Amino acid sequence: MTQTFRIENVGLVNRDKKLSFKFNGKTYYGYEGDTLASALLANGVHLVGRSFKYHRPRGFFGAGVDEPYAIVQLFRNGETEPNIKATEQELFEGLEAKSVNCWPSVNFDIGAINNFLKIFLPAGFYYKTFMWPKSFWYRIYEPFIRKAAGLGVASTKHDKERYEHKYEYCDLLIAGSGPSGLSSAYAAAKNGAKVILAEDKPRFGGSLLTSDVNIGNQSGKDWAEGIIADLKSMPNVVVKNRSQIFGYYDHNMLVMSEKVSDHLPKTRKYHPNKRLWYIRAKEVLISSGSIERPIVFGNNDTPGVMLSSAAKEYLKVYGVLVGKKPLVFTNNDSGYETAIEFKKHGVDPLVLDSRKNPVSEIIDEAKNLGIHIKNSYVVVAAKGYKKVKSADIASISDDKKQLGKIENIQCDCICVSGFWTPTIHLASQSGNKTKFKEEIDAFVPGQSKQNEITLGAANGVFSLEETLKTSFKTGGELSKKITQKNSEVVVPNVVEKKSSKHDKFWCVPLPKGKNYKRFLDFQNDVAVSDIEIALREGYRSIEHVKRYTTLGMATDQGKTSNLNGLQLVSEIENKVVPAVGHTTFRPPYTPVSIGAIVGREVGKHSKPTRKSPMHSWHEKNNAVFVDAGVWLRPRYYKRGNENLFEGSKREAKNVRMNVGVCDVTTLGKIDVKGPDAAELLNRVYTNSWLKLPVGKARYGVMLREDGIVMDDGTTTRISENHYHMTTTTAQAANVLSHLEYYLQLIWPELNVNVVSTTEQWAGAAIAGPKSRDLLQKLFPNTDVSNEGLPFMGYTEGDLFGVKARIFRISFSGELAYEVNVESDYGNFMWEKIMEVGEEFQIQPYGTEALSTLRIEMGHVAGSELDGRTIPYDNALEGLVSKKKDFIGKRSLQRSAFISENRQRIVGVVPIDKKTSIPEGSHLVKDDKAPLPNPKLGHISASCWSVEYDNPFSLAILKDGKNMIGQKLFAMSPLKNKVIPVEIVSSHYVDPKGERVRS
Amino acid sequence: MLYINCPHCGMRSQNEFSYGGDASVKRPELNKEVSDQEWDDFVYNRKSLRGKHLELWQHISGCRQWIKVERDTATHEIFRTFKADEEVA
Repeated sequence: MTQTFRIENVGLVNRDKKLSFKFNGKTYYGYEGDTLASALLANGVHLVGRSFKYHRPRGFFGAGVDEPYAIVQLFRNGETEPNIKATEQELFEGLEAKSVNCWPSVNFDIGAINNFLKIFLPAGFYYKTFMWPKSFWYRIYEPFIRKAAGLGVASTKHDKERYEHKYEYCDLLIAGSGPSGLSSAYAAAKNGAKVILAEDKPRFGGSLLTSDVNIGNQSGKDWAEGIIADLKSMPNVVVKNRSQIFGYYDHNMLVMSEKVSDHLPKTRKYHPNKRLWYIRAKEVLISSGSIERPIVFGNNDTPGVMLSSAAKEYLKVYGVLVGKKPLVFTNNDSGYETAIEFKKHGVDPLVLDSRKNPVSEIIDEAKNLGIHIKNSYVVVAAKGYKKVKSADIASISDDKKQLGKIENIQCDCICVSGFWTPTIHLASQSGNKTKFKEEIDAFVPGQSKQNEITLGAANGVFSLEETLKTSFKTGGELSKKITQKNSEVVVPNVVEKKSSKHDKFWCVPLPKGKNYKRFLDFQNDVAVSDIEIALREGYRSIEHVKRYTTLGMATDQGKTSNLNGLQLVSEIENKVVPAVGHTTFRPPYTPVSIGAIVGREVGKHSKPTRKSPMHSWHEKNNAVFVDAGVWLRPRYYKRGNENLFEGSKREAKNVRMNVGVCDVTTLGKIDVKGPDAAELLNRVYTNSWLKLPVGKARYGVMLREDGIVMDDGTTTRISENHYHMTTTTAQAANVLSHLEYYLQLIWPELNVNVVSTTEQWAGAAIAGPKSRDLLQKLFPNTDVSNEGLPFMGYTEGDLFGVKARIFRISFSGELAYEVNVESDYGNFMWEKIMEVGEEFQIQPYGTEALSTLRIEMGHVAGSELDGRTIPYDNALEGLVSKKKDFIGKRSLQRSAFISENRQRIVGVVPIDKKTSIPEGSHLVKDDKAPLPNPKLGHISASCWSVEYDNPFSLAILKDGKNMIGQKLFAMSPLKNKVIPVEIVSSHYVDPKGERVRS
Repeated sequence: MLYINCPHCGMRSQNEFSYGGDASVKRPELNKEVSDQEWDDFVYNRKSLRGKHLELWQHISGCRQWIKVERDTATHEIFRTFKADEEVA
């Protein structure tokens, strides 16, 4: 088929570049510069989809962002994207698209039976029809609705496209490149302001591309082209097409989605698919124009019924006739402009005007061209199923209540104009309380809330002359305030035809005995009758009516339906429209790809990855890594075919028998310096710090003000006024903020400085009975004997020429040390430890073995310090000073915290000594008790004790102190396990702590 | 996204800051007898005001200073910002 609806030499598409594309499997041709919609219309294709609820045939209604019907599944470069508007998708060679919401095909759709069952699918049908019996919802109703409704299908494959985020600042951000956008941008740019001008369509110019006006002795389109060329040449101006500003957020932050590659068959190398711009603007000019609104009549959703402005755009921009026997149905002069364009291109339209006797220059021109006009006439109903074939028309009384005799006339499209609705979404999102403007029957922005001004048609001003005058002035004045420059810009002469007043008429009454569906919301299939039902059932607030009927809740967000819906509600309720009010406009103005919102933060890039200086050594030695916060830590070092269980057991055992080394670089480290450092520690930790001598470390617990344990770790006094604090890996950042909070806000009198040194030091924990022998060999000139370096002692040493800090501290419960060197020497230290440790059977151990060692020792970690426990719960009450005050101390007196049967840490061993207890299992007294079975506690951590070779767990248990020796059940419904267990001491290994002191 | 005037660094976007709650709360002095009610008010009880609110923010990805921000909780308008040790008149 050739493009039989394309006219020669009209439009802005590139006739030299023919493109082939496929729609529903069939090949068609279009031109470069087409949209998928214009190319299909050029080929006479009007049936593109099925409606959401009734599966009625649907065609094209608009020519851009307002399109409610023409939503397709797009296939591009081996990927698929759902819910693309055919009116926005630019054509490229090889484009493939399919209709959505129809099965098996758009021509024969089984779901269309809903059209005949519509009596069962009225407003609120979800709430009524499918409520009974209750059990049917999940099994029958919901799956059925999900299959029958819905739009496109999202790909389940990984998205190979790249999306970027960009942050930008400007003096003036201008949304929309129509007459007001161009003139305000030009005036501001001439004053040297930094301007960003955004246009959602591929072509700049907005209404100037289609209107018959003259600016400065040029056509509107030529003038727009000249201005854009000028703007592009200025270094202070960024001009972006295919870029939709979709959200207006706080403090003049706007977000724009730029389609970088959607118009190409394939994204170019190093280019993103889309770019999301976060723009902080000093001033925002909203020149987003207006959207034509429909007049409601019977079967007004039939393919071939479309906005008259869309018909004009298809003709003037794409050289496409939407029909060869057009009927124009209007209540204002805009319909005539479309009729005139048809006539000029050899097609005879018939104009039905609901007005009785309108007079204007435009109407005179239409009459002079010989266009046939019927006044006080309306379309009663469109006829035809998959395409308009004819229309029932009738005269209408002055009060618009009575229809005359119905006639049927042949036509192949109905172009409808119900006047214009300003696009106030961005203004409303900014917080601007909109107001109703009687003269245009629509809402316009009211008092500015942020630094935003709405101009031109978006502000309800439809005269080009006035728009240009105000826009040049506003752009000039706003920029002058910022740049202090004042370039004189002459406002060009405007020639436009004056139009007459529109008719306050928006819905054609039903003729007697007819029950045509008259649609308000075309995408969600909301008809006049649905609103009537909602109101009859007592819904009054427009927000409730919206949710009950789903009016305006489709992906087009009611761009063509909201105002007519309000008109209907106000008419039935006998209120004026402003009293009904409108629903809230929320971003995004138009759907935005999730990919664009996520940007580069996908997969491994969703958070930073931190690696220790020894990372490459771990990699080379078969470490299996685990995410520990943002760090990558070795979980175990795999030998042969070992699994995690076998590997970690081997490593832990080797620590207990010989010596192991663990990378502890990730521990948080904070330098605390200053004369009041000890005083700060004394207030932050629960135990006493004033008498800690230089060269000694101490274990400390810090609380939040509510008494809950925040973190634990050792802090070492390096010198008189210098302490080295360690925190858990996870809490490092929070602890620093916590200290800064108290130093800056609560106790500014303390002379202390804190700074994170986590990345400055590489750390290795050397643990096991042979660790001292190893250490002595590593530091031959340092006394590391039990007397020279006792438990919780600190010294400095020389590690083959590298200065090292040596701490005698232990997390594993073995005789153990931690050696720190400057990060750059971390790998050197590690290699030396491994080399010298060989004779002591050293093995590196990962986090899994580390956990095993600390669990069987009863040392608490994050799984016990879980934000719900106090020191007592963790058997740490011995560290709580009774003499001094500290953060959170007062909270420890709360009655629940001092209760007799307070929860407390215990050890748990399965009776069979074989079955591992899943972490998170609940402890109950009676495994057969009826639900809800009273929970006594939960398993916080589990391991395989290498000391006793059986499973061992820690638990936080109610009245744990008095539960030792009791027999309970560990229940894990998730894993479907019930395990009989015995409660034992949490200190399962070496309860007296002799090894660390040996 | 809010645009916050850090008294030390100037105008910065919200994503450089972390929120720190009501700035008008005074911590009871150390070693002072505090009634249950006073302590509860300090730790838990907040007014959750609609309107002008003095709150703490930390410029966590900037100068790391805690600052006070006078903000309208309903409109997000920011009126003034203060350094940690500045008296709010």
